[in-house]
Amino acid sequence: MNITRRQLLILLPAAAVAWESIIAGTPEASPNYNMTDHWWGMLMDVTKCIGCGSCVRACQLENQVPDGYFRTWIERYHVSDWEMEYPKVDSPDGGKTGFPPAREDGGKNFFVPKLCNHCVESPCTQVCPVGATFVSPDGVVLVDQKYCLGCRYCVQACPYGCRFINPATNTANKCTLCYHRITKGLTTACCEVCPTGTRQLADLKNPNDPIHAFLKTHSVQVLKPQMATRSKCFYYGLDGSVR
Amino acid sequence: MKSFKDAGHLFRLAAVFVAGLALFLIVRGFLVPRSFGQYGHYRGNAIGEIAALPVSYAGHQVCEGCHTDVLEVKSKGVHKAVACESCHGPLAKHADDPASVQPVKLDTAKLCVRCHEENLAKPKNFPQVASADHSGGAACDTCHKPHSPAMVAGGSQ
Repeated sequence: MNITRRQLLILLPAAAVAWESIIAGTPEASPNYNMTDHWWGMLMDVTKCIGCGSCVRACQLENQVPDGYFRTWIERYHVSDWEMEYPKVDSPDGGKTGFPPAREDGGKNFFVPKLCNHCVESPCTQVCPVGATFVSPDGVVLVDQKYCLGCRYCVQACPYGCRFINPATNTANKCTLCYHRITKGLTTACCEVCPTGTRQLADLKNPNDPIHAFLKTHSVQVLKPQMATRSKCFYYGLDGSVR
Repeated sequence: MKSFKDAGHLFRLAAVFVAGLALFLIVRGFLVPRSFGQYGHYRGNAIGEIAALPVSYAGHQVCEGCHTDVLEVKSKGVHKAVACESCHGPLAKHADDPASVQPVKLDTAKLCVRCHEENLAKPKNFPQVASADHSGGAACDTCHKPHSPAMVAGGSQ
């Protein structure tokens, strides 16, 4: 291949412009959305959860989550009426297709939906060696799929088991709190389809969000508060046996 | 500068280090994306890329824009807080192009038990049935209308 000096002089700036666009990436997609105006979390009223699995199915369809992996899932607890330390937990296929009949040998049974807690002090983002995962300015823990090496540090670091390696891309994957939806003014897929109102998306920076009235008048709990992750998933009616 | 007899090779070494550092900075300037560090120690444009992903669930507000008749029926029944796509599935494509993408007809014998099949772990105040005893496998919409599921007057049984 022969290139004349003239051709080279034309080609070089063109290549520079192309490379520049690769480096710069795509610009902001939701021009009317201001990140600094929001601080996202979620409220779970576990007293309402019926374990129907609608949230799990919706999450998989909305986010193309591979079979056998979960960005959100439902656990069913069976706890003896006094022995809180040894709950029996099952979650067949993440609760995607519902649950078989519960144990009837006394004690209590209940469902607990789980997902990424979008921690303020998230252990998973702190361990990333390449800056591929981060807490966005609006409080959502995200993974940059182009930057992730798939080293699995974050998968190990999450105390809630909310991350997995997507076998299709070999990169870390997790709940984005449906970031592509909430930035367009929609609620998350799981909150949209939850038939009982167990799950409610909450914007903690919006003074008109009903979350504030709820938090003022109800006793809520976060998962594993001893981990000091400052989780933003608030559980109402959570049993002490839940891990 | 006569303390070192052969100081020259130190300067040459320093020159190699300076050249190496300059090369590193130039290459780094080329390879690190412009938006890296915009908000923190990550690529700022990743946020926009994630926000630009397509939506599958249109949201009940979109459905209600056209299906006002269903909204009317539903708002009077106990299913008023259940979103359309909770049963009908993701239909953003239908909302974008209602003519060519049609939702499938649902089988109530399989659909309703997802929520209403009896299970001890469900809250006690949630309406549940043991479907085999309750209807013997008959489709639920024989007696109940899913959008407003109170028993239909004149329905069988």
